[in-house]
Amino acid sequence: MQGLIGRKIGMTSIFDEEGKNIACTVIEAGPCVVTQVKTADNDGYDAIQVGFGEKKEKSTTQPLQGHFKKADTTPKKKVVEYRDCELDVNLGDVLTIESVFEEGDGVNVIGTSKGKGFQGVVKRHKFRGVNDATHGQHNRQRAPGSIGAASYPAKVIKGMKMAGRMGGKRVKVRNLYIVKMLPEKNLLLINGAIPGHKGSFVIIEK
Amino acid sequence: MDELIQYVGEKTGIAREVNLPDFRAGDNLTIKLKIREGSKERIQSFQGDVIQISGTGKTKTFTIRKISNGIGVERIIPLNSPAIDEIVVNKRGKVRRSRLFYLRDRVGKKARIKERRTSKK
Repeated sequence: MQGLIGRKIGMTSIFDEEGKNIACTVIEAGPCVVTQVKTADNDGYDAIQVGFGEKKEKSTTQPLQGHFKKADTTPKKKVVEYRDCELDVNLGDVLTIESVFEEGDGVNVIGTSKGKGFQGVVKRHKFRGVNDATHGQHNRQRAPGSIGAASYPAKVIKGMKMAGRMGGKRVKVRNLYIVKMLPEKNLLLINGAIPGHKGSFVIIEK
Repeated sequence: MDELIQYVGEKTGIAREVNLPDFRAGDNLTIKLKIREGSKERIQSFQGDVIQISGTGKTKTFTIRKISNGIGVERIIPLNSPAIDEIVVNKRGKVRRSRLFYLRDRVGKKARIKERRTSKK
């Protein structure tokens, strides 16, 4: 697996050769620096570690500062590992979108979804609610209903779908593809929506 | 960030040979659209009033409405669509708002739009 770290810019739409209008997300991906190359002999598995996004030196711990210094680069905000990378890279190499992707490549994208706060079951778990305001309904339209039986088992089973914090979680979207690349500004256009708000980090893997 | 979206628009838009005319809500247009049927391509025209222009940049769209056999038909067309062959402005309309959704509730004579006549210079 190989890939890059990027920043979500926003959404737009473009027309392809067939005249189809494709909604796509614009991502500013890379350039990423290879901060470590892991080998099976040394670390037990093969992987590359890449970093993206500038970080102040004073807000970086000394162990991390040393780690980045080894790769001869500045401290990075986001560091990600790609296992069994097929690219031939060395410590300190700079990866751009051209060196990793091609137009039309299938990719998966990982992001942190937008936080929705404390939400009820209708929004959070797609419960249907009561589609009736009359027939004895009072304050019940969006209630969860029964959450289990009574004296046996005399408890609510674990994992019961209830109201609670929603969003703000790591989400992976699979089977997307690269619609277009604009290497001069490090921009990737990927079809469809991608989790997270504008400006948030996203991990693209091929 | 928005500059980058704009940049994407500049880089991905189609190169149109003929510039489209300026029009606004209330104008009556004939739009010639390229329709592909199998391997053949033909032109289909759609005449109606612009009731809304929405969006910015390369994702700008307009909504055009006509009455076909007594039934209201609306089409939302991206301005940047490669399917647009030609746009002809038939009539300039005099309207007091930019979104003419009130036309949906009107039929017959009430659904007319006054013509905006401009003096020729």
